[in-house]
Amino acid sequence: MNAASSALQIRGLAKTFERPAVDNLDLTVRAGEFYALLGPNGAGKTTTLRMVVGLLRPDAGSINVFGIDALADPIAAKRLMAWVSDEPMIYDKLTPMEYLEFVAGLWGVESATAARAANELIDWLGLRPHADERCEGFSRGMRQKVALAGALVHDPRLIILDEPLTGLDAGTARQVKDVLQARVRAGGTVIMTTHILEVAERMAERIGVLTNGRLVAEGTLAELRLRAGRGTSLEDVFLTLVGDIAAA
Amino acid sequence: MSAPRQVTFGWLLRHELRLSWRDWQAMLTAGNRRRLGVALIILLFVGALLHLPAYAVVAQFDAASETIDKSTLVTISLVLILYTSLLLSQAMESVTRTLYSRGDLDLVMSSPLTSTRLFSVRIVTNAAFVALMALALSAPIVDVLALRGGPRWLAAYGVALADGLLAASLAVAVTLGLFRVLGPRRTRIVAQVAAAVIGAAFAIGIQVIAILSYGTLSRRAFVASDAMVAAAPDGTSPLWWPARAVLGEAAPLLSLLLLAVAALALVAWTFAPRLGENSLAATDLPAVRRNRRAHVFRTASPAAAMRIKEWRLLRRDPWLVSQALTQLLYLAPPALLLARNVSDSAGALVVVVIVLVTVGGQLAGALAWLTISGEDAPEMVRTAPVAAGAVTRAKVEAVMGAIVVALGPLVLGVALLSPYDALAAAIGLALAAMSTIRIQLWFRSQAKRSHFRRRHTSSRIATFGEALVSFSWAGAAGLAAAGTWIAAFSAATALIILGVVRVVSPRKAET
Repeated sequence: MNAASSALQIRGLAKTFERPAVDNLDLTVRAGEFYALLGPNGAGKTTTLRMVVGLLRPDAGSINVFGIDALADPIAAKRLMAWVSDEPMIYDKLTPMEYLEFVAGLWGVESATAARAANELIDWLGLRPHADERCEGFSRGMRQKVALAGALVHDPRLIILDEPLTGLDAGTARQVKDVLQARVRAGGTVIMTTHILEVAERMAERIGVLTNGRLVAEGTLAELRLRAGRGTSLEDVFLTLVGDIAAA
Repeated sequence: MSAPRQVTFGWLLRHELRLSWRDWQAMLTAGNRRRLGVALIILLFVGALLHLPAYAVVAQFDAASETIDKSTLVTISLVLILYTSLLLSQAMESVTRTLYSRGDLDLVMSSPLTSTRLFSVRIVTNAAFVALMALALSAPIVDVLALRGGPRWLAAYGVALADGLLAASLAVAVTLGLFRVLGPRRTRIVAQVAAAVIGAAFAIGIQVIAILSYGTLSRRAFVASDAMVAAAPDGTSPLWWPARAVLGEAAPLLSLLLLAVAALALVAWTFAPRLGENSLAATDLPAVRRNRRAHVFRTASPAAAMRIKEWRLLRRDPWLVSQALTQLLYLAPPALLLARNVSDSAGALVVVVIVLVTVGGQLAGALAWLTISGEDAPEMVRTAPVAAGAVTRAKVEAVMGAIVVALGPLVLGVALLSPYDALAAAIGLALAAMSTIRIQLWFRSQAKRSHFRRRHTSSRIATFGEALVSFSWAGAAGLAAAGTWIAAFSAATALIILGVVRVVSPRKAET
């Protein structure tokens, strides 16, 4: 698959802090798929995604987003992407509507389009009763919903989420998952890291397993099961794959 | 299983003092404990250095004289009131912070200890730190007085201690009283603004009265005035006991200390049972602040969106508003002086120019910290398709815009009297603001906006740099307004300071 037909193509990506966090990583995510990136703590998942969205500069390698070299032209690549971290970072003194207006402004979305998208997202995520309240009194779940709405208001082609369901109650987690799945159905691409294997099992079309900064397995759940050779759940498969690497 | 050990007041007090000490230590060293030794040496050095200006002040006063006249009592009493207002301001700020921080509330409130015991310890700890601050702040003056006038002046330390305890007690009573009357949300802003204003009000008030009486900016002119001394009560009045205690009289000193301890005990006994509940109510605030009007959704260019966001956040920051208001209060005395001497306004206008530029520089530094370092969604902004330089430029424009809105009308007011002085003020203001913003860019370190109060701990060099460069530009603008070429020296000093700060700064500015 060439870079232009894939949503994300990473080649030879490397980043070292005190030890290699990402080690010569190759990864391709197809346009329009839901891709889950799994791995134990410290596997390099977050570092990889932070390099993709431009928060970290890689030591080596290339990153292509829909055929755009994200290292050579970060602004063009950023226009197509949205980033949601595990810690919702929003402004306490702004209302959700003001926050969405600000984000839409940064991404240069035209007013009427942005207003329509913002209202749809506010309704979809159940934020309508709080749309004109300042975020300072919001629960973690509500804050994460506002952050997600901010990520979607500029209609990104690639949405990258780092543990977006951490600390959310079941109802909120369901809403977030529904929104993401609807996005994929509409042609968007989602890359998500998660420790909740059940989420990856149910939502992802393909799953990548990262350990020590390297992709050690990738495929559909059926393919991973076949490769692991035992177990029926993703948890069994994951532990087998990660355990094999640790033992090697 | 053995019976649970009784938790004593002393055990709790030790725990609270340890936490407070570590908090103070963290503020002093910006979280790096290895810096503690250096920080303490610098603190002691600055403390020693402060004895020099203290000597200059005390030298005008006959400390060795045994005669206690009414003028001396008036002077000392006014200094004490001034000092108490400063301590009260600090204590109110500290109580408000305690009341509105959740910290270990859940843990202590779920423990099998009574609220009275838990929170009386907290009130006493707070008072102990205010008293410690009172002792430290008074040390240079008291030491010099004792050196010049004999050991009887050391009794002033006892008065400072009592003053600290009284201020802390009053702060608890006032803040919790406000809580009851105004409710949790309003109390926070009112207490913060009141603390800031009380801190500045008395000094400014004395200047205002001095100007009204004599048309000068000297506080001593008012303090030493015959009218004031004549209007004061007789020398035997109990009102003079604090002043007599400062002068080393044992009975007033002992009474004052007893009164302070009794006030603290009364406040702890009265308010401790409810402090926990009030704190929980304050930190459990649903904080639902709904905009009065429905929001009209209208996107702007990235730079405009950034500026609008920054202005919204600045406008909605109560702490910042109170800080800005306090700084603007310092403009009141020279403005009043100006109003009284319109016919001969040249000297007063120079003072107005100096104060305007100083205030502008300091305000710009604070706003720049909030907009540049205090960005609460840094990752979202950095992943936006906007160049980092453009983001910084928009933030700087937001700060400069806020300065123009806050101080522009005052510069226009000066322009009505003297266009030349207004030009000097405007240029000085712009240079001071740009300099302090640049320092913030050089020393930026990502922090939460709510850590604004602790911004000075991240870099002492940046703090001193901002102050020195503001004063230098203020001096240059003032001297230029006075029509002397010496202004060039002050401007050169500002540039040299800026250069030195740049050399020692951790990074280059992006713009």
